[in-house]
Amino acid sequence: MAPPARTPFPFTAIVGQAEMKQALLLAAVEPRLGGVMVFGDRGTGKSTAVRALAGLLPPMKVVPGCRYKCAPDDRNACIEGCRDRAGKQVEESPVPFVDLPLGATEDRVVGSLDLERALATGEKRFEPGLLAKANRGFLYIDEINLLEDHLVDLLLDVAVSGTNVVEREGLSIRHPARFILVGSGNPEEGELRPQLLDRFGLSVDVRTPTDLGDRIEIVKRCDRFDRDPVAFVAEFQDSEQHTLEAIAKARKLLPRVQVEDAMLGLGAQLCSAVGADGLRGELTLLRAARAQAALAGKKHVKPHHVAEVATMALRHRLRRNVLDDTGSTARITRAIAELIPA
Amino acid sequence: MTPAGEGDTSGERWALALAAIDVLVAAGNGIGGILLRARPGPVRDAWADALNLVIPSRRLPASADAEALDGGLDLTATLASGKPVHRAGIFADASGKALVVPMAERMNAGLAARLATAIDDGCPPLVLFDEGDPEDAERERIPQGLADRLAIHIDLNAVRLDMAALIAGEAPPPPLELLAEPGAIAKDPETALAVAAAALGIASIRAPIMAVRVARAHARARVADDAINHSRPDDIEALREADMAAAAALVLGPRATRVPPPPEEEPPPPEEQPDDQPPPEEPPPPPPPSDDHQGDDQDQPEPPPFDPTDMILDAAQTALPPGLLDALAAGTMGKAPKASGSSGAKQKSITSGRPAGVRPGMPGRGARLALIETIKTAAPWQKIRPVRDDGRLAIRTDDLRIRRFVAQTQSTTIFAVDASGSAAFARLAEAKGAVELLLAEAYVKRAEVALVAFRGTEAALALPPTRSLPRAKKELAGLAGGGGTPLAAGLDMARKVAEGEKARGRTPLVVVLTDGRANVGGSAGQSPQDAALASARAFRLSGVACVFIDCSPRPRPQGAELANAMGARLVTLPRVDAKSVVAAVKAASGGAV
Repeated sequence: MAPPARTPFPFTAIVGQAEMKQALLLAAVEPRLGGVMVFGDRGTGKSTAVRALAGLLPPMKVVPGCRYKCAPDDRNACIEGCRDRAGKQVEESPVPFVDLPLGATEDRVVGSLDLERALATGEKRFEPGLLAKANRGFLYIDEINLLEDHLVDLLLDVAVSGTNVVEREGLSIRHPARFILVGSGNPEEGELRPQLLDRFGLSVDVRTPTDLGDRIEIVKRCDRFDRDPVAFVAEFQDSEQHTLEAIAKARKLLPRVQVEDAMLGLGAQLCSAVGADGLRGELTLLRAARAQAALAGKKHVKPHHVAEVATMALRHRLRRNVLDDTGSTARITRAIAELIPA
Repeated sequence: MTPAGEGDTSGERWALALAAIDVLVAAGNGIGGILLRARPGPVRDAWADALNLVIPSRRLPASADAEALDGGLDLTATLASGKPVHRAGIFADASGKALVVPMAERMNAGLAARLATAIDDGCPPLVLFDEGDPEDAERERIPQGLADRLAIHIDLNAVRLDMAALIAGEAPPPPLELLAEPGAIAKDPETALAVAAAALGIASIRAPIMAVRVARAHARARVADDAINHSRPDDIEALREADMAAAAALVLGPRATRVPPPPEEEPPPPEEQPDDQPPPEEPPPPPPPSDDHQGDDQDQPEPPPFDPTDMILDAAQTALPPGLLDALAAGTMGKAPKASGSSGAKQKSITSGRPAGVRPGMPGRGARLALIETIKTAAPWQKIRPVRDDGRLAIRTDDLRIRRFVAQTQSTTIFAVDASGSAAFARLAEAKGAVELLLAEAYVKRAEVALVAFRGTEAALALPPTRSLPRAKKELAGLAGGGGTPLAAGLDMARKVAEGEKARGRTPLVVVLTDGRANVGGSAGQSPQDAALASARAFRLSGVACVFIDCSPRPRPQGAELANAMGARLVTLPRVDAKSVVAAVKAASGGAV
């Protein structure tokens, strides 16, 4: 649904899809959440929303000329020694948004020997792939459930470690690859392996808007955006600025948000009540609740923060019973109602 | 649709298809492109010629890889000349042209994904030719993600052109005959298109958005056309009746999944529509294209804006997907046979999978050069080969090595279930259970499962090959049982599905669940049982692995005879249950499922 113009569609101009927008905001505030998985039909504005968020985020500071977009204040040494070369210079660069196409080869994803250099000058040089490009930004994979297995394994490894290790073609390189993984897919076209699903911090279900009023509004906004993107973007300038400030404030506030023991206990209770496997669910739940509190400008996590994020943090972690058709969302809602009085 | 119904709309469809070309050119890159369903033939060629008159086209083979699209290093030329030689990609080459993809239904998922991304980023307009046989329910389809992004869908399968003109080699009629009358200005066109899309049961919100873009492009084309023919150009911002009708017929109609009830009449259920009269109402007769442009009308005062929703619905119904009404009647809507064409992995591959060494060969067509190995191969010969002037390594074509990959073999288990008679419910329930159990483990091995049910007089593909548990549950929920046993039809259908899976590069395994007693099928000189035996022998010739589960309470020799004829492994399970079926399948496949 992306418009022909390069200007991204304003994030706040997206009609409806509140849960998806909320999940993306949480991921932007707390990159350690581990990304967002969006389940849903085609044409529901998934990629539009992710692109819009990447376009909304303030430019980040990078070391000039670094191919991995190292942060100037990052104490880990860059493999190419970018900081030694650049000295104290700092450059601004937009937050990267990388689209990983389904048919991508492993070479393009992890990077490979720079053939051009190798042939022209005989120099053995690493040509960074999409993972390097996505460092400190978003890696978006549409139809991730159709991605080839060997690529999924590879992504898993990198997403968890934050480092891409390349051992091929006589190269031996490791470079930072910390990105917010955003996947999307339609479960009716094939399932995602639970191991991969579990790595995603949040998962949201998006549905095609069924409300006719919403649908009309979407069509109208897209038409206005098509005809005059500049004026349309200007119209949403204020709300975009507002969202931007909220993200910036929340990021600043996040380290100071307190999670009291009672909240830790609540998280554990909730996870065991719904039967969410593993510690990862609990950790994500509390991190998301913390980000939620930060977004709301609060310094303490309250039970309602936990309740607000529980569905997206746990929905995809419930042990599946082939013979039980009760939706995960329903099970979580029930548990929340029992544990957290409204 | 029957041929009788096609004759009525043939001319309209053709005019519409030509109008689509103008819209494509006027739209720039906002609408993705055109998906043209047509068998190769004179009609499609005439349309392609008409396209070429307006915009040059660049062919893109459905087998193209990412490197061909985006360009890259021309390895052979690079090695020969000793300095990097770049090759422009098809995208760069095609700017200002339309990218035409013949046999688009054979496109692999990777290319489709790349093209879909390109559309989002604004690439040259795409024209996809879907050459699948519309009668074949098992045909390959263009990946949905891509098809959805192409605004205009046209079906030329039903169009008949004037043979005499074609034989004489006359040029196709010039594609400037837009719906001649612009009509009145539409009130609130965005709302009308959104409402119409909802009424036609189109879920994707992309469709009405595209429809608005197409309407605007149509208006631009119309105004540009008017500017040539008349002295008085029209207001480009106003969408008129003709623009809305074109958007409805090009974008909304082909995507419809239901027929909206006609307004203010007793709503007849769509099932009762006779086959040869697809639209419940005759669409408003499009104003006959006339040479006289009726300049008088232009001078009359503008009629007040009107609400175009009903008009849009009427126009959309001229372009309903063929077979929609039949499908609605049969209750089979929403069972798209296959998500995409050849998404199955190959067993050995030079393009993807896990690396598995190198072999001599030319890079290109997806094969990647193994540089180190190439240099290693060339190194020992350097002393004998003439020294190059620039002192670089002398590499010959023989030295080139390419990488090899292996992809895991993927399997499809096809259940052919006898849904007839009194035992049907138990048997079906256990077969469904087995499908779900297999799918629950399927993500590990990427195995797919399909289910063919046969009862009454025919066999049906109740669950097309899938690895999605939610989809299997949804589609198997309403499976009915009872009736006769058309065993021959069941075996034939299972064989067809299995052969289709083989063509996708997967390994099929057929599991037949029956008591082995056919009582429907055959012909005058052939009993149902003989017909089943004949089908069984045909099955054997296809070489597909098979397990025959005889689930009659007291097994009789017919079952064994059939299994023997099919070359199948016979398993007798008088008390069939899901777990033992799965165990039998696993034993037969040697753990590949």
